[in-house]
Amino acid sequence: MLEIKTAKTRRGKRELEKRAPKLVESGKKTLILHGTKTSGVLNAVLTQIYQLKKESAVKYSRKNENIKPFESGGETSLEFFSLKTDCSIFVYGSHSKKRPDNLVIGRTYDHHIYDLVEVGVENFKPMESFTYDKKIAPKEGSKPLIAFIGEGFENVEELKHLKEVLLDLLRGEVVENLNLAGVDRAYVCSAVSPNRVFFTHCALRLKKSGTIVPRMELVEIGPSMDLVIRRHRLPNDGLRKEAMKISREKPKKKEKNVKKDVLQGKIGNIYVPDQKIGEMALPNKSKGVKRERREAKRKNQGDEHSKRRKEDA
Amino acid sequence: MATEEEKKQLQFDVDLGNLMVFDPHHNFSSYDSTSRVELVKECLSKGTELIQSIADSLFSLPSTEDIDGPLLNLPPPITKLPRQKHLPVPKPPTKWEAFSQKKGIQNRKKDKVVYDEQSGTWKRRFGYDRANDEEAIPIIEAKLTDDPTEDPFAKRRDDKKKRVEKNERNQLQNLKEAAKFGALPSHIQLAATALPITGTQAAPKKFTKDELGNVAGMAATATASGGKFDRKLPGEKAPQHKGKYRKFLPVVGQGTGIGSLEKEQTEKVLNKIMSKNSHDILNVSKAVTMHNVKREKKRKYDNKRNNSITDGKLKTQKKSFKKGDNKKGKETK
Repeated sequence: MLEIKTAKTRRGKRELEKRAPKLVESGKKTLILHGTKTSGVLNAVLTQIYQLKKESAVKYSRKNENIKPFESGGETSLEFFSLKTDCSIFVYGSHSKKRPDNLVIGRTYDHHIYDLVEVGVENFKPMESFTYDKKIAPKEGSKPLIAFIGEGFENVEELKHLKEVLLDLLRGEVVENLNLAGVDRAYVCSAVSPNRVFFTHCALRLKKSGTIVPRMELVEIGPSMDLVIRRHRLPNDGLRKEAMKISREKPKKKEKNVKKDVLQGKIGNIYVPDQKIGEMALPNKSKGVKRERREAKRKNQGDEHSKRRKEDA
Repeated sequence: MATEEEKKQLQFDVDLGNLMVFDPHHNFSSYDSTSRVELVKECLSKGTELIQSIADSLFSLPSTEDIDGPLLNLPPPITKLPRQKHLPVPKPPTKWEAFSQKKGIQNRKKDKVVYDEQSGTWKRRFGYDRANDEEAIPIIEAKLTDDPTEDPFAKRRDDKKKRVEKNERNQLQNLKEAAKFGALPSHIQLAATALPITGTQAAPKKFTKDELGNVAGMAATATASGGKFDRKLPGEKAPQHKGKYRKFLPVVGQGTGIGSLEKEQTEKVLNKIMSKNSHDILNVSKAVTMHNVKREKKRKYDNKRNNSITDGKLKTQKKSFKKGDNKKGKETK
């Protein structure tokens, strides 16, 4: 026997529709969480990543005992969290003797682990340690420019993978229209050695150059850190093929109040709001329109009527 | 100079959709030999170059002026990244959709308001106070062919119920078909209910969380300490009525002897027991047989008396009968 279960409230229904698979996806949410043990450095790293991605991230602050992304069976609760928060990128921090200041960045497809990259954090410099003019501080949720430097990102397989994951993590929402005034931050990732990436976050200062294109100046505002590659796991080919699918057709937007007629062609309804003539203020009140006058006139008329009646009697 | 710059720009991979730029040719000098400050400086200077190149292509795109700033259209991203969820699956046609497709039936718009012949007014087609509502007809004319034992109103209600049920079944069938393709609407789930046991209609009762907690609490008191030193289970609740309800009546009652309240109470208890066990106290069949036996005995005795000759015998017999077994015992002594 099956029972049809539907959302009980309109709001709940909307929430479910938001989570439904879409033809064109706009951006991924990030889940930030940590294992049983984290170091002070890692705590700072996780909170600052959360601050960078505040508009599209969920941060868990409790310890998670049974999350071990690379081990089989250790991903179940991670996948559940991904389903619960509707996040498809996760940043998992853990700290152990074997792997100090460990950061696992991974992606999910259909709320199942897609790929994983494990990096160690070294030389971490938090945001607070940088001094700069607060006027140029980037606004929350602005679309960043991302620069990858170094041949390592092309030659070394781990770094190539890390580049893709970092791009997915940092790029934010996919947009069609961009406001140039909102371009105010940049991430710079450089592959300084075959297993090490220097990552930093910069604000942009636009200077006049005499042409339309301003001269860009990078001001380091942090956080900055070295990411040392540890383990990584690529998706298997079948899954990758499945996840890379894109639809040819574009989602149709419902056209409201427009009809098409064979003879007349396109007919549109235009809504004109009520003009509210009654409430309109008159430019000047002439004597005749004044209320006292009108009332006096009416009174006089009444008197005349009574007089007439008396005369009749 | 200009040619050199152009050359450099050609080296960069610019992905305007993601606002990403990648320089695959730059080679850093070995990590260990350079100092940290120098390394950061090198990265930033190189980064500035790259960001400048992306800005060049960005600011040269056609833009429209807006109050907030110049707006421009970004090209779609070049770098392919995996989706977060699968592509939405098209919904398979429902039975009716398939049928109408086959027959070429097309949907037509219907008016919201229709003429109601009963009241002679225009009413809404569906919903409360709708037009031509069969359910609202207060009198049904009887026909010769009608079954006199059948209530036409009940039949009408029944029919409606059956129609609704049938529609629900069809809907479920269509949803099941959609679920097979993974194309259920996002806000609908098909949940399995308990399997019906053959022979019984009602599904077994499900216990709520509260009820289970209460039961767990009751069970926990079944230890020597009454559950006092036991660890609580998650969701367990304290037993609702622990201890007895006892009411003590006033020691000094009204009137003499036991008070009227106490009397009332004892009477109540007695009555309760009596009423509960009245069938045990008065065993009707036993009483009837006893009565029968007694009558039989009496009749036998009367017959004997009529037949007997000696008076003395009769007298002794009568005495013994009257006084019971005691006398008889004496005689045997």
